[in-house]
Amino acid sequence: MADRSARPSYRDFDWRIRLITYALLILGAIVMLMPFAWMVSTACKPPIELNKLPVRWIPENPACVENFNLLYDQSPRFNRYLLNSALVTIGRTLGQLVTCSLAAYGFARFSFPGRNIIFALCLGLLMVPFQAILIPEYLLIRELGWLNSFRALIVPGIFSAFALFLLRQAFLQIPLEIEEAATIDGASPLRVLWHITLPLSVPALAAFGVITVQAAWNDFLYPLVVANAPDTRVVTIGISLLQGERRTPYNLLMMGSFLATVPMLVLFMLLQRYFIEGISMSGLKR
Amino acid sequence: MASSRLNFLGPTPLSRRRALWGMALIAPNTLGLLFFFGIPVLIAFWTSFQQWNALKPPVYIGLENFERLVDDQMFHTALTNTLKLLGLTVPLEIVLAMGVAVLLNQPLAGRSLLRTAYFLPVVTSTVAASIVWTGAFQQRYGILSSLLEPVGLGDYKWLVDPGLVLIPIAAVTVWQRLGFDMVIFLAGLQSIPGVLYEAATIDGANRWQRFRHVTLPMLSPTTFLVMVLAVINSFQIFDQVYVMTLRTVPGGVGGSATTLAYYLYRRAFTDSEFGYASAIALVLFVIILSVTVVQLAGQRMWVYYEAEKG
Repeated sequence: MADRSARPSYRDFDWRIRLITYALLILGAIVMLMPFAWMVSTACKPPIELNKLPVRWIPENPACVENFNLLYDQSPRFNRYLLNSALVTIGRTLGQLVTCSLAAYGFARFSFPGRNIIFALCLGLLMVPFQAILIPEYLLIRELGWLNSFRALIVPGIFSAFALFLLRQAFLQIPLEIEEAATIDGASPLRVLWHITLPLSVPALAAFGVITVQAAWNDFLYPLVVANAPDTRVVTIGISLLQGERRTPYNLLMMGSFLATVPMLVLFMLLQRYFIEGISMSGLKR
Repeated sequence: MASSRLNFLGPTPLSRRRALWGMALIAPNTLGLLFFFGIPVLIAFWTSFQQWNALKPPVYIGLENFERLVDDQMFHTALTNTLKLLGLTVPLEIVLAMGVAVLLNQPLAGRSLLRTAYFLPVVTSTVAASIVWTGAFQQRYGILSSLLEPVGLGDYKWLVDPGLVLIPIAAVTVWQRLGFDMVIFLAGLQSIPGVLYEAATIDGANRWQRFRHVTLPMLSPTTFLVMVLAVINSFQIFDQVYVMTLRTVPGGVGGSATTLAYYLYRRAFTDSEFGYASAIALVLFVIILSVTVVQLAGQRMWVYYEAEKG
């Protein structure tokens, strides 16, 4: 996909330069991947091998299954944490898909008094770092009586200025004529959105979806503040609790981190294209 | 007549109907944003003027919280640490990400595989990443300590020594941000017209000159964007500090790892000082906002926008 324009081509790309390029890139890639290798290798070490020098990459007596079981001995609710994370992630992503595609469609295709001001105000919220409103957000949730509930974890997360911005951008790319044809045939705006606009925006929706899923799964500070109770704990908090207990040995910590990371790694492997599109979309198109 | 009252919506019945549709469509998200994010922004200002501890009702105390900040030694430490982290992460991640992107933006076999390797840390959670790096940095038995052993750096207490603790925190941050920045740089590189390189080559420019006089200026809007995002991110570092100091001394020995974000969290949720913590939050917000504004103003000096001068 890179070679469509004739940037440095093979012609002026002699083998020495290519060798250096490969050497640098591969060396860098090894450094980037090393923490993953270390995580997996440590997660499978029996306790006596943890403090053995020199450090071995492949455990002498791998104890993956034992460590997996030990993790659940120490943190019996770990599956619950994983499930909670999944619920929060699905809830937020589906919710954003509904509220933000409706709103994006409204902003992209309809004119009404105050449209530009409201849109600008929504985008203005993107400028506010979350930490700046962490305390009022907590007070608001407490006032609503939502502390330690799934409502607190999910409901505020279904509204997003970021998704609104991305989806509006995607809807604006769709030729107006297609939608107009349907409108003339008597389809209501909701039908047009459902049957025409959304199907035509699948790549953008997928890109937005994976970014949202990833952000929801990895969220930490907000759940830490509003829902740090046994029944509503998400997995990022679950593993931080393991980290906080000094008796947790490193092999179990790595096993926990591994389990918390694997869903996103699998998702990334399957939908890599959309992750990368989502990031470059959020960074570049404005 | 109902329709005459709705005249402000548009000149024709159809346009009025479409205006109503538009408002109905945007209503859920807009009201939700207003309620859950707009109102908290307003409350944030109000709470920072209150004295508000745990169970006692808030009392208006004007600017007292801000006056307290001036003499608060820990606040100064947190501010310094935040700025140190900015210095440790932002230049490094930009240079590395740009370098990797430029190298990857060449016709190479296996480039998508390499790109994956650099991007993988972005999808991991900062909490899990910080736990793994805590393990990697542990004294003697961590993989990093053991790799650094031959150069005599193996026996440091990276996460306890106040002079060192920011280094592991910066390391995780750069590790996780590099792939994100790289993707934005790659998209920026793709949008540089190949003609410019051809013209430069015909004029006899060598590889370095093409990078210096074509790539760098044409990429500067992207570099600017990456920089703004990286700076904002560095001001918000929290998860890394929370996780990496949890096993030893939370916040670092003597607050040596405490950032502004971490300090305001501790003040609010450990000490229950909502008013004072809100003042810290407001200062953090103002700092981020002014640094962003300064960068926007400064971009004229080095960011090249084709349309303006071309």
